[in-house]
Amino acid sequence: MQKRFVTIWFRHLLTDWMTIRQPDLKDIPFVFAAPHHGRLIITAANTPAEAQGITAGMVAADAKAIVPGLKVIDDIPGQNLKLLKALGLWCIRYSPIIAVDPPDGLIMDVSGCTHLWGGERGYIKEVVNRLRGKGYDVRAAIADTIGTAWAIARFGQVTPVIEPGGHTNALLPLPPAGLRLEPVVLERLHKLGLITIRSFISMPRSVLRRRFGEGLLLRLAQALGQEDEVIIPLLPVQPYEERLPCLEPICTKVGIEIAIQRLLETLCKRLQQEGKGLRTAVLKGYRVDGKLEQVQIGTNRATYNSGHLFKLFELQIAKIEPALGIELFTLTAPKVEDVSPLQEALWAGKPGLDDLGVAELLDRLAGKIGPGAIHRYLPDEHYWPERSVKVAGSIRERPSVDWRTDRPRPVQLLNRPEPIEVSAPIPDYPPMLFIYKGKRHQIKKADGPERIEREWWLDAGQHRDYYNVEDEEGQRYWLFRSGHYAGSQGNQWFIHGFFA
Amino acid sequence: MVDAKKDIISQLQKDILLWEGFKPPPPGASGLAGLGPVEAAFPNGVFPTGAVHEFLSTEPEHAAAAGGFINGLLSALMQQGGACLWISQSRTLFPPALKVFGVEPDKIIFIDLKKEKDVLWATEEALKCEGLAAVVAEVREISFTESRRLQLAVEQSRVTGFILRGVTRKLSTTACVARWKITPLPSELEGNMPGVGHPRWNVELLKVRNGSPGVWKMEWAAGQFNMIAEPVAEEMLHEERWAG
Repeated sequence: MQKRFVTIWFRHLLTDWMTIRQPDLKDIPFVFAAPHHGRLIITAANTPAEAQGITAGMVAADAKAIVPGLKVIDDIPGQNLKLLKALGLWCIRYSPIIAVDPPDGLIMDVSGCTHLWGGERGYIKEVVNRLRGKGYDVRAAIADTIGTAWAIARFGQVTPVIEPGGHTNALLPLPPAGLRLEPVVLERLHKLGLITIRSFISMPRSVLRRRFGEGLLLRLAQALGQEDEVIIPLLPVQPYEERLPCLEPICTKVGIEIAIQRLLETLCKRLQQEGKGLRTAVLKGYRVDGKLEQVQIGTNRATYNSGHLFKLFELQIAKIEPALGIELFTLTAPKVEDVSPLQEALWAGKPGLDDLGVAELLDRLAGKIGPGAIHRYLPDEHYWPERSVKVAGSIRERPSVDWRTDRPRPVQLLNRPEPIEVSAPIPDYPPMLFIYKGKRHQIKKADGPERIEREWWLDAGQHRDYYNVEDEEGQRYWLFRSGHYAGSQGNQWFIHGFFA
Repeated sequence: MVDAKKDIISQLQKDILLWEGFKPPPPGASGLAGLGPVEAAFPNGVFPTGAVHEFLSTEPEHAAAAGGFINGLLSALMQQGGACLWISQSRTLFPPALKVFGVEPDKIIFIDLKKEKDVLWATEEALKCEGLAAVVAEVREISFTESRRLQLAVEQSRVTGFILRGVTRKLSTTACVARWKITPLPSELEGNMPGVGHPRWNVELLKVRNGSPGVWKMEWAAGQFNMIAEPVAEEMLHEERWAG
């Protein structure tokens, strides 16, 4: 497919931003300046200032001498990058692949996007008009290569739309500065009188390399499309993404539901054809006021059942705040796994953790009450009771070791052992009676002790001697003494569980 | 003559059960392992699966006993490899102990919720899911309406539900098929050996729909229920009448 690129040049990015924030600055010449080697150097100047001959790179004191009423604002480091990122995210509505081109530009890969706005001319017009409407002074150009589009946006005089294949001719009358060269190289070219690209493009490459270095050749090749140029997209491109631009901003629940249904239908159809199922899905709504609304769902099993996924999203709709309206919905599936559709049909009725119905139920529960409420436990190789189970990572995880049955363990385990009062006359014998919650329990039968040592590499403290006891009513308890028998000083005893 | 009358009455009883929706068990279907005489208390002599049972337990000791008994039932229900959901607010069930009762603890999914309302919602949703073998819910109280919602859910899906009720001060009627109370009994070892023996319970079936309540003494040993003594059903019935 023929690649097409758009570059947008923000001519006065910082000052435009300042004017948008403080509209009364519109007709006043002002500049941004940053200290550099003890002097204030202008980093950006607005249009009225530029009209009076002030440019970036001048010393602020000199500029003040030229324009007495010049307002000097402290430069905010990194602000232009932040602005470009925000503008780039806003431009996602025009193309999914957008890269920031510091210090004052954006690069968009618009291959296959422009027909949605009625051709390339209409596309460029829309982008530029919308950005100008926001208050940014921009120029944009579209061409086959990033290099050409960059040069045309900044130095082009004729048309912003360079037809496919026409980029070489369009480059010829432009100054060498359009090739994104270093200042040293530019200066050398200027000294030699090479003021257009035409004047040196046909020179032998070895000559150019010797005089101007490898950089010039690379930039030239990139502009001519002989060398590929890689851009780093602002948002990584999701392989499974669906977009739904809306003619009118959507601000009702029904509208959002319809949007979700449409997106799910197309996404699920594609997943089904490729034999995939999604594990997580993210719905993003781009609001009219530039904010981004986002909800996420997760499933326990890979699925392309759009009905089920819609149910999960339905629980989340209340979290979306449309405000004045949402003009673009995107649905992405960041986590996708293989599913085998045949097997599902065969095993649909099989009970157990692999059952589709169970997985869907858990998804619904997780959607309503949060995934933190659902636990499944696997045995862990620890004797210490609190650590003898671990939480399973996924519904498919199987125990790696067997569950132990050689030691008695209580059906109910208190989350934290509770202290009890006991009378234990003989060392290393179970107590004769204990008092728990104000009730006396006379011990009739007992087993133990089972000594469980603390895992010193995990935490410090006393070991526990567990006794399995039964009182006169037949109720069975799990008690322990903390540490060795201490004689007359007395030991701390605890109750830790109830046997069936 | 007497025998003939008995036959007629039992035939009529069977007909009534059929009209009420209790199908006789298909021939060759076996009941839950070891429940023996307890099963006879139910209509058609079969432990009702695909229904909601409630268990009363006020003390943690009784809850532990009920937990053990339920796990014994679960082991039979989950034999086909089905999964079970355990829904509760402040859970103290200790998974490794379940293996003794024949349940694979990793087949149980625990749902730990903060609100009582959520517990009932999750229970109803879970009971609607046909892929589960059983659902256990620990609730403090349950109203008649709520229990009827659960009963309607299981009638569709044929999942077995167990409700563990914590507060029994205001004992409301529910739409559950059976009301159980499990209390621990002193264990005994063979030949009066010292030490704690197998778990032993007093199993009270306080209410059964279309069945006869009773009291039994049971023990869990060697992976199955064992009866200790004959049921004392009539005595129990008397008490019920006095109490009610």
